[in-house]
Amino acid sequence: MVQEIILVPKNINSKIPIEAEVVTPDSFAGKTTEQILNLSVTRGNKQLKLKDLFDVRGAKVDKATDLRIVIQGDISTVKRIGEGMTAGEIMVKGSVGMHVGDNMRGGKIVVEGNAGDWAGALMKGGEIHIKGNVGNYLGASYRGEWRGTSGGTIVVDGNAGNEIGLWMANGKIVVKGSVGQLAGIHMKGGVIVVQGDTASLVGGEMTKGKIIVLGKAEIMPSFKKEGQVPNVKAGEEGGEVINGPFVKFVGDLAEDGKGEVYVKA
Amino acid sequence: MPSNAIVIKNGYVYDPTNGIDGEKTPIYIKDGMIVDEKAVKPADAHVIDASGCIVMPGGVDIHTHIAGPKVDSGRLLRPEDHRKDVEPRRQGTRSGVGYSIPSTFTTGYRYARMGWTTVIEPAVPPLKARHVHEEFNDMPIVDKACYPLFGGNWFVIDYIKNNDLDKLTAFVAWMIWATKGYAVKMVNPGGVESWKWGKNCDTIDEPVKYFGITPRQVVTSLAKVNERLHLPHTIHVHPNNLGHPGNIKVTLETLNCVEDIASQNGRDSVIHLTHAQFHAYAGEDWKTFSSAADQLVKYVNIHKRSTLDMGQVIFTDTTTMTADGPMEYNLHKLTGLKWVNADVELETSAGIVPYIYRKANGVNAIQWAVGLEIALGVEDPWRIFLTTDHPNGGPFTFYPSIISWLVCKKKREALLKDMHEFATSRTTLPNLDREYTMSEIAVITRAGIAKATGMMNKGHLGVGADADVAIYSIDPTKTPPSESPDAVEKAFKNTKYTIARGNIAAKDGEVMASPIGRTHWLDVKVPEDWTKAVYEDLKDKFVKYYTVNLQNYPVQEEYLASSAPRRMELTK
Repeated sequence: MVQEIILVPKNINSKIPIEAEVVTPDSFAGKTTEQILNLSVTRGNKQLKLKDLFDVRGAKVDKATDLRIVIQGDISTVKRIGEGMTAGEIMVKGSVGMHVGDNMRGGKIVVEGNAGDWAGALMKGGEIHIKGNVGNYLGASYRGEWRGTSGGTIVVDGNAGNEIGLWMANGKIVVKGSVGQLAGIHMKGGVIVVQGDTASLVGGEMTKGKIIVLGKAEIMPSFKKEGQVPNVKAGEEGGEVINGPFVKFVGDLAEDGKGEVYVKA
Repeated sequence: MPSNAIVIKNGYVYDPTNGIDGEKTPIYIKDGMIVDEKAVKPADAHVIDASGCIVMPGGVDIHTHIAGPKVDSGRLLRPEDHRKDVEPRRQGTRSGVGYSIPSTFTTGYRYARMGWTTVIEPAVPPLKARHVHEEFNDMPIVDKACYPLFGGNWFVIDYIKNNDLDKLTAFVAWMIWATKGYAVKMVNPGGVESWKWGKNCDTIDEPVKYFGITPRQVVTSLAKVNERLHLPHTIHVHPNNLGHPGNIKVTLETLNCVEDIASQNGRDSVIHLTHAQFHAYAGEDWKTFSSAADQLVKYVNIHKRSTLDMGQVIFTDTTTMTADGPMEYNLHKLTGLKWVNADVELETSAGIVPYIYRKANGVNAIQWAVGLEIALGVEDPWRIFLTTDHPNGGPFTFYPSIISWLVCKKKREALLKDMHEFATSRTTLPNLDREYTMSEIAVITRAGIAKATGMMNKGHLGVGADADVAIYSIDPTKTPPSESPDAVEKAFKNTKYTIARGNIAAKDGEVMASPIGRTHWLDVKVPEDWTKAVYEDLKDKFVKYYTVNLQNYPVQEEYLASSAPRRMELTK
């Protein structure tokens, strides 16, 4: 049975970024309200307590799987919400900052508003649903790390920025709007579905994995056209099949890649 | 507080250089040196009660890639290495990052916490020596030295071609002065020059492209020059063909080629074989890859002209970096991982590739065993030293783990069960019963290294030595090392006290002070007419080939935060 702990933001409108990676069901599980209020967050180079930035309501919940954290308001300057969580839910009734759900392993995050850059970065499992727009580097890997997202599902109802799915190894990203440049750059596996358009350089340096575009896409010369297919599977586990027809491209040949980009005909 | 006198009492002292093997003798420190009891007034001294602890000289690392352009490029290559290991600043310390390639300040702190007080950067491209010293200046607490690279240098090659040993001698002395270096280093001798043509030297008799001389000639000529100059360390050699199946052949040939060269410092050794583990493989290919440590050990126990360091592998995500450019290119092709390649005009090459050693990987498991086989097999602990070739085999922060593996056979057996069975079936490690004593550990981590590098005031606690002391929380009478490997590992991770030249630098895992460490280098004078002749060659090549002016090339002594030259003179 899911129990809620409510966080109401106060004093959040700061030009100085706030990092609140303690806000996860895992970290709140088994703690009293008092203990939760005293968890550490960082604003710039200062250590604050959660109670400096949020009012907290809700009884102690023993297990992360039974816990839903509801954030009642806009927290666009707050980073790292849901970082590394393994179970439970987070619901943000507003927009959220950068790095939401980074390194997530399980559980579910829903954001009613927009999310900043790096949403779902290095995700390993779980679900993220962002109803607004997201920034750049959705489901991407951090600088230098060639072992990208390895699982989980991210759905964005709005648009996404550049370099979504950078170094993606597995998992699924669905953007219902349009995306910027370099979607699926360095992709090694997994599936990206873009229902809108992509900008230039889609699939750059990809070696494996699938990018499915229902809108318009600019395909690079380093991708080989392999004819038309009537539909395409959009997931590993005998799941979704998207009806086409699609023009199939294979590349990126600059990397000897066997990645596939499908563009609706 | 500012008493610069310290007395350490009641600890079990291991000072193998001076024959002290676990006795409770007091140590007296004043003005940064170990002194006689009479020199210290007990009332003025800071007294440290080392009851239940062992007391050793500060550790000395003979070969660790911690400073310079290649290390810095490694840091640039691996932001993910920084993200995973962040040390915020604390009272008196700066913040830093990096797991396999820590930032310079963090490097100093981490060595100090482990009780190491002297570290040596083993691969300096002379053109970029200045940056090594810049990084040394930002590495608190520890004393340092560095080895400039000679094995692919155009001057060296030309003098060898022309059989001009006098000029080669003068050049080496000049180069050591110009780089503020400490020893003669060669990496893949000759091969690093062939790499500029996309080629390599896979054997010691394969001629260097264009120049035509062989690695054998490079090694033997530099060995002769080294002995002629009476340099405190022997030539420090990373042989050709590192890391490949069957390379034991080249390794033994390299050791053998200097067998008959006279050593002039009253010592037996004439060559130091570095990170021996990477050079002790049998087999024809990766499928038949196996350990040849037993062959190396057999040779080394019979022929006593060499010292060695381990180059132990750790199962972790680390970074390989070396002047052996072609080897790194091959590793890049093998792993598909990101790669940096560098060329240093007229001097050497370099390469950097991340590497992950895995227990489940048969080759890596054999590599892990080989390092230990070598340490356990070489009979004389004064000839084998503990290193990981940081970060190539693994971060230096794993030295305490390696110590725990050497002192306890049961620990090795347990680990062997937990990795690919090739470590058991293709090496002799399961049959090696030897367990290192605490005294032998002191030799292979401090005393022996100081002796092999001729650092007479390091590695021991006799009167006149630098007051570099490590106090570890383990009581050998209550917790025998061979029965408590985990306690040994824990004790060596964070000293109870680390004293660097009389400053209490670390206490209970916290850095207490950041004194500036000294940079030890050699200022060797040679006959003037030799130097004059070499200067003509220097001027000629600098004008023709170098992109910098000769006047701007040498590192000025003022560049070093704390310069500690050793003045020597060669007479004809």
